[in-house]
Amino acid sequence: MACGRDMTSYDPRRVRTDTPLMNRVINGHPITYLDSASSSLPPRAVIEAMSRYYELRHANVHRGVFQTAVEATDAYESTREAVANFINAPGGSGEIVFTKNATEAFNLLAKSWGYANLKRGDVVLVSEMEHHANIVPWFQLREVNDVEVRFIPVLDDYRLDLSHIDDLMNGVKLVSVTGMSNVLGTINPVKELATIAHRHGALIAIDAAQSIAHSNTDVAELDVDFLIFSGHKMLGPTGIGVFWTREEILDAMPPFLGGGGMIADVRTDGYVPANGPTRFEAGTPPIAEAVGLGAAVRYLEGLGMANIVRHEHELTKDALDRLSSDFSGRVRVIGPPDTVSRGGVISLDVEGVHPHDVAQVLDQFGVCVRPGHHCAKPLMRRFGLAATARASFGPYSLTTDTDVLIEGLGHAVSMFG
Amino acid sequence: MSNLEDLYREIILDHYRSPRNRGELASPPAIRVEGFNPLCGDELVVYLSVDNGVLTDIKITGHGCSISQSSSSLMSAAVKGKPIAKVREVIDTFKQLMTVHEATLDHDGEPAKVDLRAIGELAALQGVVKFPVRIKCATLAWNTLSQGLDELD
Repeated sequence: MACGRDMTSYDPRRVRTDTPLMNRVINGHPITYLDSASSSLPPRAVIEAMSRYYELRHANVHRGVFQTAVEATDAYESTREAVANFINAPGGSGEIVFTKNATEAFNLLAKSWGYANLKRGDVVLVSEMEHHANIVPWFQLREVNDVEVRFIPVLDDYRLDLSHIDDLMNGVKLVSVTGMSNVLGTINPVKELATIAHRHGALIAIDAAQSIAHSNTDVAELDVDFLIFSGHKMLGPTGIGVFWTREEILDAMPPFLGGGGMIADVRTDGYVPANGPTRFEAGTPPIAEAVGLGAAVRYLEGLGMANIVRHEHELTKDALDRLSSDFSGRVRVIGPPDTVSRGGVISLDVEGVHPHDVAQVLDQFGVCVRPGHHCAKPLMRRFGLAATARASFGPYSLTTDTDVLIEGLGHAVSMFG
Repeated sequence: MSNLEDLYREIILDHYRSPRNRGELASPPAIRVEGFNPLCGDELVVYLSVDNGVLTDIKITGHGCSISQSSSSLMSAAVKGKPIAKVREVIDTFKQLMTVHEATLDHDGEPAKVDLRAIGELAALQGVVKFPVRIKCATLAWNTLSQGLDELD
């Protein structure tokens, strides 16, 4: 282990001391960070890995022959290896493409694979609980290829309605759904959806942006075809995302962005794209960010994903229990009320208090929650909401965070009467 | 120091709980104009009745946070029955109240003085300037009104 951590021990308080931003004081209060669903806080190991890279090894990757260029390339490529292991990619690092973020990875899926493989009338099946990143690129593809974008409905219990899934699958070439809703916390039955998709001859893509740091992700076991996530929601830096697909699919995908790095040859009459992941990595890639992501993966592995899942499950159960009992119905949770197949994302609707005002009052207590539609407007419309105030946990969260949240909510409720 | 009392003045909470001039006007003849804040999902519709260069009536519907809702309510009360030229003047004064840049901040970070007596209850919104992310909430109704007046030209 790079940091000498005992593989079997996980203590969220230790994670907290590992995370420099936890020392911030906001409006006179120690920070209560409850916005990990939006972006998680990097541990010192990630920040220092990136600093060390810039201080000792910075150079452009690939083709360099001098020492630091070789080291930079090794560092960049070793993260590909680490990520492949982390998600158990059957084809190894050759199946990992780095993007700017999860959104760019979805654009890569739609504009490369989708453009080449979907034609007029083919259906992309998404769900009503998708992030805009898994909706808008398909609408954009529809403008070009005239594909149909179809939505799996969400039930009143905040779960996908799979009761008519075989009918919905008619004409579907790709199922593209989230592993965990960034608004509801609902964890979707990915393996079951993969079986359904494949039975109908379709492929399946999973938006793992929300689930990647809060569950164990094994693409081979889940039997999915595409997996997309971002670095900054898994304790890594912003500016890097991951696109994974099986090697045979990747090899058949046309290039996405054009430029240096993604070519095998360029002449005055045309170009030949490179093979493998670099075909999709035009331009100087996010090298420091890849180094940071590698450190984040190692850090999460050191904590143990099963430990994180267990801890966040307990935190979520405690928070849901208290939120439902402490405010005599004035605070409503928009998401499953129990912790079965549910992550630590808790969207709140406070009676008579707009989410922006909830968040503003909470900020005075140093509590960071996110108000808004969370880039999931179809889902908001489905439940007749303009916005929610969302609290979300990370591996450093404690029940004391929930204490402060509840205290702040109490102030918001009494202030607006 | 910014604090919640600066932002959530009693007048603001009052207008949030009991918004003035809430409702719709038949359009036409009224001018109907929509305002959106795509970042936070606030939406409102402003209806304007103009007769002989006077804003004879104004109604507003929509939803949003306490700042956007109270600002639209305060605005409607401030401009209703005023000549259009005066309405534009009030808009300009309010926008000035909501503008923060270095030149208008003294060394304590306090906003420059607008003649608060001239704007009456609207002065309650001056605390918003200390919360820059909320300025767009306060100005939504005003920008929408402005857009509506432009349709007169």
